[in-house]
Amino acid sequence: MTQTFKMDEPLPRLLDETRQGLIGTPMNRPDGPLKVSGRADYAADRLPDGTAHGVLVRATITKGKVTRLDESALAGIEGVVAVLSGPNFVRNPAQGMAGESPVQPGPRVDYHGQPIALVVAETFEAARDAAQRLVVEYDDAGGAEVDPDSASEVETDDPDATGDWDEAWGRAAAKVDVTYTTPGQVSAAMEPHAALAHWDSGRLTLHGSQQMLRFNRKELADAVGVDPSEVRILSPYVGGGFGSKLGIGAEAVSAALASRDLGRPVRVVMARQTVFDAVLRRTQTSQHVRLAADADGRLLALGHDDLVSNLPEESFAEPTTNASQFTYGAAALRFQQSVARIHRTPSGSVRAPGEAVGMVVLEAAVDELAGELGMDPVELRLKNIPDTAPLTGQDYSGRRLADCLRQGAERFGWAQRPKAERDGDWLIGCGMAAAARKNMLTKAAARVRLTGAGAVVETDMTDIGTGSYAILAQIAGELLGLPESKVEVRLADTDLPGASGSGGSFGAGSTGSAVFLAARRIREQLAAQLGCEPGELTLQDGIARGANVEKSLADLVQDELVGEAEIASGEAAKSHLSAGWGAHFCEVAVHAWTGEVRVRRMLGLFDIGRVLNRKTATSQAVGGMIWGLGGALTEELHHDPRTGHIANRDLANYHVAAHADAAGRIEADFVDDRDDWANPMQSKGVGELGISGSGGAVLNAIHAAAGVRIRHLPATPDKVIAALEAAGR
Amino acid sequence: MHTQLDVNGRAYALDHDPRTTLLDALRDHIGLYGTKKGCDHGQCGACTVLVNGRRINSCLTLAAMHDGDEITTVEGLGEPGALAPLQQAFVDCDGYQCGYCTPGQIMSATGMLEEAKAGDPSHVSASLSGDVALDDSEIAERMSGNLCRCSAYPFIRQAIHSVEGKE
Repeated sequence: MTQTFKMDEPLPRLLDETRQGLIGTPMNRPDGPLKVSGRADYAADRLPDGTAHGVLVRATITKGKVTRLDESALAGIEGVVAVLSGPNFVRNPAQGMAGESPVQPGPRVDYHGQPIALVVAETFEAARDAAQRLVVEYDDAGGAEVDPDSASEVETDDPDATGDWDEAWGRAAAKVDVTYTTPGQVSAAMEPHAALAHWDSGRLTLHGSQQMLRFNRKELADAVGVDPSEVRILSPYVGGGFGSKLGIGAEAVSAALASRDLGRPVRVVMARQTVFDAVLRRTQTSQHVRLAADADGRLLALGHDDLVSNLPEESFAEPTTNASQFTYGAAALRFQQSVARIHRTPSGSVRAPGEAVGMVVLEAAVDELAGELGMDPVELRLKNIPDTAPLTGQDYSGRRLADCLRQGAERFGWAQRPKAERDGDWLIGCGMAAAARKNMLTKAAARVRLTGAGAVVETDMTDIGTGSYAILAQIAGELLGLPESKVEVRLADTDLPGASGSGGSFGAGSTGSAVFLAARRIREQLAAQLGCEPGELTLQDGIARGANVEKSLADLVQDELVGEAEIASGEAAKSHLSAGWGAHFCEVAVHAWTGEVRVRRMLGLFDIGRVLNRKTATSQAVGGMIWGLGGALTEELHHDPRTGHIANRDLANYHVAAHADAAGRIEADFVDDRDDWANPMQSKGVGELGISGSGGAVLNAIHAAAGVRIRHLPATPDKVIAALEAAGR
Repeated sequence: MHTQLDVNGRAYALDHDPRTTLLDALRDHIGLYGTKKGCDHGQCGACTVLVNGRRINSCLTLAAMHDGDEITTVEGLGEPGALAPLQQAFVDCDGYQCGYCTPGQIMSATGMLEEAKAGDPSHVSASLSGDVALDDSEIAERMSGNLCRCSAYPFIRQAIHSVEGKE
């Protein structure tokens, strides 16, 4: 029987009592040797005999209907097998944790770039050629709205508000009332979305590139019309996700449908351009921030309203003001969201949905307020850390924000920072920002099996680069007293217990806790066999000790011991607000004549509760910070104003940060803490914390260096030059 | 059409579509899936391999253009249990996260180190001639054709630094 544990109250800190010394260490990833030698098999890294190749065809109108697929132009192409479309085709990937098929529009087209057909051929070259030559006839509805700023259909929520806004605003000594915009962005995981499907006796097996298998199985089953028990998905290695692989998309569904129709394996790999077109983007945002403070810098009013966009009927709306609602306190608060319904590639979760763009703007606006007050921006933030969560009244769980701010400032040398200095043609300055990202616990199950030879961890959790293989081995090894070499971690197979999946930074905490609880059950069994209480048991390097008895696990474990456990969120999530916290510090150089911005150094200091693996956590944090840098300086989707079509749909035109952009000293570290209300391991998520606020530190540094505020991201040279000229510099 | 490739010291005789890229030949014809396809347009570097010792985006060249050429892929550098020093350095420095760009980063760095040793200057080199001092900005410049969306860049360069001049 699976034990389900609900997180209602803190548990004793067992990981501080265990003896193995594995948890928290900078252990190398066990999957590393496979990855560096090219032997980790990603979804497209196989081609079983008889596999046909599928290439997706996209809509070249924005709104209307496909009336005919004219295959006559394909007649001369050798090896074309089939052209497939139909009622099961999906319009876009499922939103995260949907657990059901995304919209299946039939012949209807809702955005330019929507996948509308799959061309299957014996070779990739023939399939690509045929996909390009296929003639699609449309009934073009015309008149589709594609611009969020002029959309006629805008849904505006009732505001979340507290306090007397007019009163608070009216008595302020300093105010900021600004509008910032952020452009559409994409995940741009390095591995394009890929699927290899084949059916055997009515059962579908899919090698896919997916983040959340427990949900993906249901989504795929629903899309192709079979029971979830007939679907098996494997994603042992995923070449980056960042939200783009949360839900089942066109590559998986079309591969499954084609394979069923044709009775042979079918592989579909999205072209990079298709990934831009047909995978959920991050919405562009327009954000109106109002801040008011008294003369001492205490916030009186904090308002953050936003306009985002999505397709009609897509439920997701970027939660832009997430962190604004719990980071600072003020007498009056106001948050209101509007969603423009437009026909662009639909929007969805991209790394840190909400915070990634909302916190950049909040933290830039707070910097503007510090300027108005003539106050140090670190001091201003320290002064406005609330006692309880302002909107909900919840207590905070572990929250070392003040320590991150103070210790980060100390380590960065904030007090001695260069202020508006000049280095040849370069203007030098420093900025900072706070970081906050809500921490969540979601349902997750795992099984641990122990024999005399070692332990095996089994769960359908994915490792999308986050380090699941490493930390789950560390958790099991720590609890069972085994070195790394004696723990094997098997992941990402829907035949294994259903995990949280990778998303929302909750994977490590949720699935890790399931492994923790499963291993704890085995500890109880070992204690019973040894004849001691579980609390007396110590396990280290394969030796069990308790009740004055010492036995090797090889002697103690005759039959395999199995522990299986499930964890779910409980009362703790209601009573306490758990979040990751941090502070970013950044030094930039702004070229006086070209407007180029170079990041010279960045430091992020974060509170993620217990650090499970110092090495992989640092990588996650630094990676997030560099995402923030890219968002501040280079990343921007451009849409054709007539069709909404993504015009820069490749990696040469959509600029993710490259080595040279991240050539400065970029460092992350952690304040060691235990968040007792978060989960049984006292850990918190790290994957999205680094991006939260880091772009704000970059923007604030640009202001410190050059005296200009760039309020329309990204801060590309043209905007910086224009701002410098406008400022008469 | 027929092409003979020497890949990691082994000869392969391929019968392939003339449009087949070197990348697809390595992956789907020979079965060496370590070389990755990230963009198929020479924009990301995930497909980098060595051709006769020089690094190249294998997606931007046709297999047919490499008859008789010596190709080295990431599988040819080392394997688990017998990794090349640079591969081990990537593991030790955590010079990756998802691992998808990693073969390209490693092959690119392997080629890059040879270019620097031969004195090839880069955009950030102080001089067009003479020895190249591979400081961080030199390595960053020379590795900028290899994107890493996980943004493991500082750790990738740490790994490269750690083996530089040590072979």
